[in-house]
Parts: sequence; structure tokens; C-alpha cells
Amino acid sequence: MAENGPQAKKQKKMKNKPEVEETDVAEAAGPSAEQPQAAQFPPTFSLSEIKNKQRRQFMFMRLKQEKRKEKLALRKKRKKERAALGDKAPPKPVPKTIENQRVYDETTVDPADEEVALDEAIDEFAPYFNKQTTPKILITTSDRPRGRTVRFTEQLSSVIPNSDVYYRRGLALKKVIPQCISRDYTDLIIINEDRKVPNGLVFCHLPDGPTAHFKMSNVRLRKEMKRKGKEPTEHKPEVILNNFTTRLGHSIGRMFASLYPHDPQFTGRQVATFHNQRDYIFFRYHRYIFKSEKKVGIQELGPRFTLKLRSLQKGTFDSKYGEYEWVHKRHEMDTSRRKFHL
Amino acid sequence: MAAPARNHVWVGTETGILKGINLQKRQAINYTDVGSLTKGQEVTAMCWGDPQESEVFLGCGDGTVRVFSNEKSKFTEIHECRGGEGTFKGLAVVDNALVTCVESGLLKVWKAGEFDSLEVQVGAGIEKMRQCETQNQRFGTGGKENDLKIWDLERPEEPVFRAKNLRNDWLDLRVPVWIKDLGFIPGSEKIVTCTGHHQVRIYDPSSPQRRPVLEVLYEEDPLTALSITPDGRSVIVGNSHGNMAVIDLRKGRLLCALKGSAGSIRSIQCHSSMPIVASCGLDRFLRIHNYENKELQHKVYLKSRLNCLLLTSRDKWEEDDVTSAAEQDVKEEEDEVWDNMETVVDKTSKKRQGVQIRALEAGTKNPTRKKKKCA
Repeated sequence: MAENGPQAKKQKKMKNKPEVEETDVAEAAGPSAEQPQAAQFPPTFSLSEIKNKQRRQFMFMRLKQEKRKEKLALRKKRKKERAALGDKAPPKPVPKTIENQRVYDETTVDPADEEVALDEAIDEFAPYFNKQTTPKILITTSDRPRGRTVRFTEQLSSVIPNSDVYYRRGLALKKVIPQCISRDYTDLIIINEDRKVPNGLVFCHLPDGPTAHFKMSNVRLRKEMKRKGKEPTEHKPEVILNNFTTRLGHSIGRMFASLYPHDPQFTGRQVATFHNQRDYIFFRYHRYIFKSEKKVGIQELGPRFTLKLRSLQKGTFDSKYGEYEWVHKRHEMDTSRRKFHL
Repeated sequence: MAAPARNHVWVGTETGILKGINLQKRQAINYTDVGSLTKGQEVTAMCWGDPQESEVFLGCGDGTVRVFSNEKSKFTEIHECRGGEGTFKGLAVVDNALVTCVESGLLKVWKAGEFDSLEVQVGAGIEKMRQCETQNQRFGTGGKENDLKIWDLERPEEPVFRAKNLRNDWLDLRVPVWIKDLGFIPGSEKIVTCTGHHQVRIYDPSSPQRRPVLEVLYEEDPLTALSITPDGRSVIVGNSHGNMAVIDLRKGRLLCALKGSAGSIRSIQCHSSMPIVASCGLDRFLRIHNYENKELQHKVYLKSRLNCLLLTSRDKWEEDDVTSAAEQDVKEEEDEVWDNMETVVDKTSKKRQGVQIRALEAGTKNPTRKKKKCA
């Protein structure tokens, strides 16, 4: 048997080989050689026309198998070719995604641009970036928050240093804001809740704006996460802002950056990430460890959530009389899947 | 740079930069040195220095009025126009005298060489001061809790016309006043205002009624800017969410919406003869629409938030640009081409000629070709 095995395999291989050759020949001969085979069926034959269900299923299964085999063979062939070429092999083609096919946005910021630099040097976040202010954040919710939202605000305050959670007490935001300013808060975060699900986030920079309104989704609390690490420590985390490239994206990125103190405590090994992908901003909070010189291990600490910008308003929260710098207008703006704003 | 700047639109930004945009060449030039600017120099008001549009006056946030000469394409003068509080809400030129109006309600006339200038208190909370195009002694002012007043500089003691607020509403509550922008309808006495409570109102000083003669509501967000079309039949308004619409002034009907803006509109201006309207705002884009067919003709990204704009009243933009841009030898070549084309035109049948003539009678949109032939 042991001797037989390889022989059988060989035979199989032999069997396979002629087949492959045949197909090759067929390919080489071009369409003329294929025509007699195709002529067995009427020109527009499809398997779904077979009336016997069992037969149809069987045929379909076989078709699938054949297709798969072809695909694998092709892949193998390509791999072999690449291996044969060695170093001279052409670079692998980059897969097309809607991000790398993105419609060019003319507002994309050039880091060397003087004018944008000036604009950013005199905007509302300039005091923070000039290290004149330290962030102090107030987190509150919509009225009468339920369990999950309350827990979420608590966890959010544990990942943002120097932040306080307050119960809303039915107060109007326009009354809260002057009080916040007088108590030197630099940012105000309001979590909105709908049927026990946190679904919105208003982010107001103080004392004079701007205010951003986000849709929030996929909130995952610490308890609901798999393979989470231990509770985060009180160290100031590092911040990663990913992919905020346009002028609007820059403003939003600066806004998130101004939530965290300037000097991260690296001993804490904690990172807060705001990753923008296709206009959705993903928030993650990790602890990392250098396992060796090359390897890094990360451990998510939670919570995690996703944000999508709805509007950016100039000045502090005033949805009725405020002036909007950018409003997401779905029917006007979402004309192409490959167009992104951040 | 020494050559006169042939720009179609001038834009003043929140950072304090003056930009000139040539739409034909598709280029925007900063005329203010970016490095020299600091906070609080934003351009809040602009006006032409003379009817030939050779000078642009800029009202800056630090209380100065800068004069930009179009011919020299640089800033020639800086006037210190302090007085009152707040930024400039309106700027105008009346026979070599400069008229400024600030937020606190001080309207001042600055004459060259004279120290004691004419001052008029027009009331606090001013949002806009505008000059009447036909009678340039007349000014309209309005603002928050400060209803429309029309002033004549000949008789500055009392306003010529003072609007009366609407009657109390059905709950017998006072109707709040918040004028955001106003405009004089050419060819009549009437005035259009737009308010922060999304109303467009028309006042008629010639009639005994001091209350508005027509009120139109447009959407639900504060209106921020307006411009009246040159025929005086409709008004284009923009609001804080970046919606812009053409509203008919005779019946108050919404004619069409001009789409495209993402942020609050700060300034709108119609062209004096063509059906073209320029708008700019917080979304950092300058947009040129054709308000007859609602088409967005140009969209220019200008990097800063834009506060105000001036659109040239020159006719036939394409023409003068083509002549300025085209070089001599190119012209000769073109002449040859046109000569050839003339022969073709001659050969065409009578029917076609008739069509052409009719098209010319209707006022062709692109008269460049004709002009060329003559030259």
C-alpha cells in the first residue's frame, strides 16, 4: 500500500496533466476549438433551465466545483510564474477599494500651506495647541439617561483624563454652557440616547465653539467586549488621529486632539485612537506592550464606538440660530460612494 | 503683479485676506501677505471705491479701512476709522467721503482732510448697513431689535423712513425683530430685508404703511444674506444651513433653489446685467450660479472662511479675457481660422441664415465670435 500510494498519486497526476494540457491546447487553439463543445447545448443554456431538481442541484454542484478548480489552478499557475521570475516579478496589483478610488477632494490640506496654517493658528483651538489651556471636560447626557448610557458616560470619563460626569437634571444646554465656561471647562460632551441606546454625541468646544454633532453607533461597553484588558489606569494616554485629511477633517481632528492633555504619560502605555475610514470615525482604547524589539502586543480596554459627523457649527451650541460651517446634506452630497468629506 | 488685476470676484476672508478670483483663468490670488496677519483682522465689509471699480475698500476687524488699488494691485492707503464698538457692518463711498457703520450703531462719514466728521446714531445691535444704488445719499440700517431705518445724509437728524414692527401675534406677544441683511429694489422706493427668523419682508416707504407690504417665509433657519436681481423682480436669499433660493418679489413665491453650499452663506451678490449670482460663506467655497437655469457654473475652494464678496459689474467677461489672454501671433492664426469659417457661413442656405439672425436677435450668449470677426 505504501508503495502503491505514490504511484496512484502519480497516476492521478498523470490523469490530471493531460486534462490540463488539453485545456491549454483548447485555449491556444482559440474559440474555433471550443465551438464543437459548446454546441452540445443551445446557445443560451443555463443550469436553471433543467427541470429535474435533483439533476439541477447536481449539475450546479459540479459547475461550482469545476469553477473552483479552475480558479485554484490559475492561482497556482500565477504563483509558479512569480516564483520562476523571482526578483523580477512584477509588483502585485493593489486591490481596488472605494477608499483608494476616492474622488479627489480639493480641500485636502497640504501641510506646507501657509494660509491653512494661519487659519489654524488663529482658530478656537489655538490656545490649546499653544499650550495655554489644559483640557477639562464635562460629560453629560440627554435627559433621564438609562442604564447603558450612564455606564457609557462613566467609561468615557475613565478614558478621557480630567473629565467629570454630571447628571443633566433637565437643564437646557444654553444654561449649562455659561456655567461650564465660568468653571473653566474647555469641552462639553453630551451623549444622546434613544430607547436605551446611545445614538448621538454633541461635542462643544468652550468658550466659543465650534460645536460638532455626531451620529453614534455600535457602542460596546467594557463588559460586552471579548478579550479585554484590565481597567484602564489614570495615566494620560497617547492619542492617534488617523486619516483626517481634508480641511473639515483637520478641524474635527483638532477638536478630538484638544480633548487630551499635551503630555502623555508613557508609563501608562495607553493609547486612544480616532480612526477615520470612509467618514466614519472609530474610537478605540488600547494598552500596548513591547514584547521584544520587533513585536508589540495590544490589548483593547474599551469602550468602543463609531461616530459619523452630521454637522459642524460655528460658536457654542445653538441649533436654531447658530451658523453652520458644514452640514451633511444626504441627497446633495452623497452622490458618489467614493466621495468622502473628512 | 504690476499689471492691473482683472479679477471677476473679490473676496474678503475671516482671516483677513483679500482674494481676487479670475474665473476665466481659474485662478485665485491672495493680495494680502499671509505672514503679516494676526487674529482679529477679519474682513467684515467691502465696497467699491468708485463706479469704475478701480479701488476696493476693505473694512477690517481692527477698525481700519484698507484701500486696495486695482491698477497697482496693491494696498495704497490705510484709514483709521475707529469709533463705536464692534466690527464694521457696512461700508460705502459717497462723493469721496467714506461712510462706515459699526455694530454699536455709530454711522460715521469720513471726509478727506476734515477732522470733525458727521456722526449719526442709528441704534444698537446693527447687523447691516447698505447704500442705495440710485440715490447714494441714502442708507438703510437694521439689526437685532433694531428695525429698518432709512437715513438721508442731507438730513441726518431723523431717519427718512422708520419701519414699524408687525402686530402682536395670535398669543398677543411681541414679534421679535432681527434684520440680517437688506437691499434697495432698483427702479422703485421699496426695500427688502431678511431676518434671523427666516422672514423676507418688503417695505414701501412711498406708501403710508410703515409695516411690511409683503412677508415671505423661507425654510426654518436664519437667513443671513440677500441680493436683489438687477431687474428688481426677485431676490436671492441664503440661510445659515447653506440653502439658497430665488424668491419672487411680486407674489412672494419661491422660484427655485440654488444648491451646492455646505455651510452658512455670508454674502451674496448678483451681477448687474447677467443672470449670475456669486455666493460665499463658511464652507470656504465661492460659488457662481446661474439663477435662470439653477446651474452651478463655478466652484472655487479658497482655503479660509469667506465673509464678503464683490462681483464685478463688467459685462462680457469672456470677451475681455480672451483678448487679454490671447497673444498676437495666436490672434493672427485665429483670424485665418475665422476667415475660413466666414466662407462656410456664406455657403449656408437661407434657412440657416435665418436661424442665425434670429439667434442674434434673441441675444446670443456667446458673442465672442462675432466680435472677433469685426476685429
